[in-house]
Amino acid sequence: MNNKMLNTYKLPYCKGCGHHLIARNTETAFEKLGIDPLNTILVTDIGCQGMLDRYSNTHTVHGLHGRSAALGAGISFGLSDPKKKIIIFIGDGGSTIGLQHILEAARLNLDMTVIIHNNMLYGMTGGQSSGFTPCSFNTTTIKNENQIPNYDICKLVRSLNVNYVRRIIARGDFSEELKEAIGSVGFSLVEVVELCPSYGLKLNPGMKMDKLLEESGQEEGVWRHEKESKTEYKYKYNNPSLFEQTKQIEQEFKHNLKKPFSIIMAGSAGEGVQIAATFFANASIASGLSANQKGRYPVTVGVGFSTAEIIVSPEEECKYDLGELDVIIITSIDGLKNNRKYIKEMKNGILFIDKSLELPETSAQIISHDFRQIGAKSAAIYALFYAIKHTGIITQEALTKTIKQHRIGSKIPLEKIEEELSKKD
Amino acid sequence: MTKTNKKVILTNGSLLIIEALAKAGSDAFIGYPITPANHLYYYAMQRFPFALPAQDEITTLQWMSGFSVAGKLPVTATSFPGFALMVESINMAYMMELPMVIILVQRLGPSTGTATCGAQGDILTLRGLISGGYPVPTLTISDFDDCWNLSEKAASMAIKLRTPVILLTSKEMVMTSRSFDINNLAEINSIERNHYNKEETYQPYKPLENGVPSFLPVGHSKHQVRFNASTHNELGLLQHSTKEAMANTSRLQSKIKDNLSDFAYYELDEMENADKIILSFGISSIAAREATIKLRESGIKVSLLIVKTLLPILPKYYEILEKYKHVIIAEENLDGQYSKILYGEKVPENIININSIGKMINARQIIEEVSKI
Ligand code: SF4
Repeated sequence: MNNKMLNTYKLPYCKGCGHHLIARNTETAFEKLGIDPLNTILVTDIGCQGMLDRYSNTHTVHGLHGRSAALGAGISFGLSDPKKKIIIFIGDGGSTIGLQHILEAARLNLDMTVIIHNNMLYGMTGGQSSGFTPCSFNTTTIKNENQIPNYDICKLVRSLNVNYVRRIIARGDFSEELKEAIGSVGFSLVEVVELCPSYGLKLNPGMKMDKLLEESGQEEGVWRHEKESKTEYKYKYNNPSLFEQTKQIEQEFKHNLKKPFSIIMAGSAGEGVQIAATFFANASIASGLSANQKGRYPVTVGVGFSTAEIIVSPEEECKYDLGELDVIIITSIDGLKNNRKYIKEMKNGILFIDKSLELPETSAQIISHDFRQIGAKSAAIYALFYAIKHTGIITQEALTKTIKQHRIGSKIPLEKIEEELSKKD
Repeated sequence: MTKTNKKVILTNGSLLIIEALAKAGSDAFIGYPITPANHLYYYAMQRFPFALPAQDEITTLQWMSGFSVAGKLPVTATSFPGFALMVESINMAYMMELPMVIILVQRLGPSTGTATCGAQGDILTLRGLISGGYPVPTLTISDFDDCWNLSEKAASMAIKLRTPVILLTSKEMVMTSRSFDINNLAEINSIERNHYNKEETYQPYKPLENGVPSFLPVGHSKHQVRFNASTHNELGLLQHSTKEAMANTSRLQSKIKDNLSDFAYYELDEMENADKIILSFGISSIAAREATIKLRESGIKVSLLIVKTLLPILPKYYEILEKYKHVIIAEENLDGQYSKILYGEKVPENIININSIGKMINARQIIEEVSKI
């Protein structure tokens, strides 16, 4: 393999294009650093700079317009190898499209160097303005009237405290500057301000780059972070199986079911409906039943209704479809509103409903009780105990044990619940 | 109580999918919050060797592509609003021939639709995902066993065919908890990756006998490696529309179609002398299975085909369906997307579509329609 970065003296750019200078100076910077091209991954963006792949002895990755910094970021994570240099070639157009990707790679302080070929317009597509076009600069889309300022990419990236940021005007030999950037640790960015002779020069005859920068409040310069660092991203191949953190449920209780049993539990968000449903499903499994549990709630999970649908079944494979309901438990007005249809349609089951609520229209048996007496947060679990005691589908003991074994079990006022339940006797 | 050799847990499809993908050797999960794919993100953050939140969906796919270019197997999970933003980058990964798994959890659309309502409305989008009409392998999950088995197949397919693979599911499958015996699950081993190991110059897009090019990650110390999203030749060098480049581009379809029989997943439950067959897939399979049992109980002869390799269509499906006088297709969308892919916009008279939006199809619906025939 050729030890030089480039495999040709003839690059594919128009005569006088600043891209020549960037490619050549990058090559020299490589030589100065003694980098083997095969230790380098060149990620090119769409645009004239992106035509360099073919002429590069490095690994090359040529992706989409504006996304090369994100693609390079992925490679940096993926390789996670400080010996490999990742260089991003991108234009000002691509940097406009993918500005957030550059900022994100900088924020994460990934080990890579972004070299922006800033000729202040989209060259390949016909000289249109980009987000990097300064006010007084003419393009094929905006002439003599541009009042919109350009992004100062160096300033933006500097705000993220990266190790190395530099702006240079493309002239002569700037390989030393590129060498510093490529050789630095962590994220580095060089904005090379240059001219596209085919559009920029023609539309802005006699334009001086220093003056242009000055007028747009920018300057050449280097901004280093006092303490060079890079963020380490590591792979952990020994994470425990998710099954290890999921409790295996031993069958230790009896149930009293001959066919599947469908329940809806409903109340307000934050009142423990979903966790009560989980306790019930677990206790049912511990009683030798199969279970199917799903939740219904608005997108904002912290307000409004919270409904759980649970099916338990003596069959090995629990059915998915509620079918005819056996029990509906309603502990608040939110839960009632959300389930009126089910309540109305229920024929033979039992509706357990909080005492505070008006009794809805239904042909089911209704049991009204003060489920909120132990506190709103315990309404659902208390109602569940109450319903289990009444229907006898599983034992109270199964539910109590399930709760005690759960990590938040200690927060459930089991004694109070038991006290209330025994009062009924 | 009797002791059994069961190991029952209360779990959901998300956990099974993530555990299976991790066991299959996935290296990285790139996530971001989107309902109803959040559980997958949550589990992957604990389980995957490398898991990171990305700033958005375009970044997600670009980072994944970077991981893949570096020889890792990346995974993400999303739903349509996010998936839509990934499309250009999926085209890129497809063109670069990058292994990755994209879990698409369908929810009710159009647009942001209803985040917490399931659907099967993205089938036509998947069929037309790649500019030029090239197929992206899509496997779809019909139950918890599939959450486990097909996840591994998706990872294996991605690596063996060097391509992004879509693992398609729906809200109800990944968010519903069920009792499940994990002792019956097949063992999953980390999928082996056979990288190019010859002395001769590596050509990144030179196909092996099966049409799939051998893989090398960037950064290799002996071989130069190129990846290219634009039209390119076997060397990975950009070309306009040369014969060589067009051969490479059309290979993107043939490498998938020619190897499809290695990844032909479906469940066929045929009944002797039946002249009707129910076809379903994904979340609607639940109703289709139940309906089939009940119809048979009531004396109606009916067969059942549960499609798992959804796209591209297996030629075998037509072979099966052609044997039947009536085909009943159950899918949870407006007017039968898979049916349109199979039979076109004007569905033949012997095809009966059973559809639903905003609500899962239930067995009763299917039984009613089949009983009418
Ligand atoms: S169009 Fe402009 S930017 Fe592109 S190669 Fe020619 S001079 Fe350079």
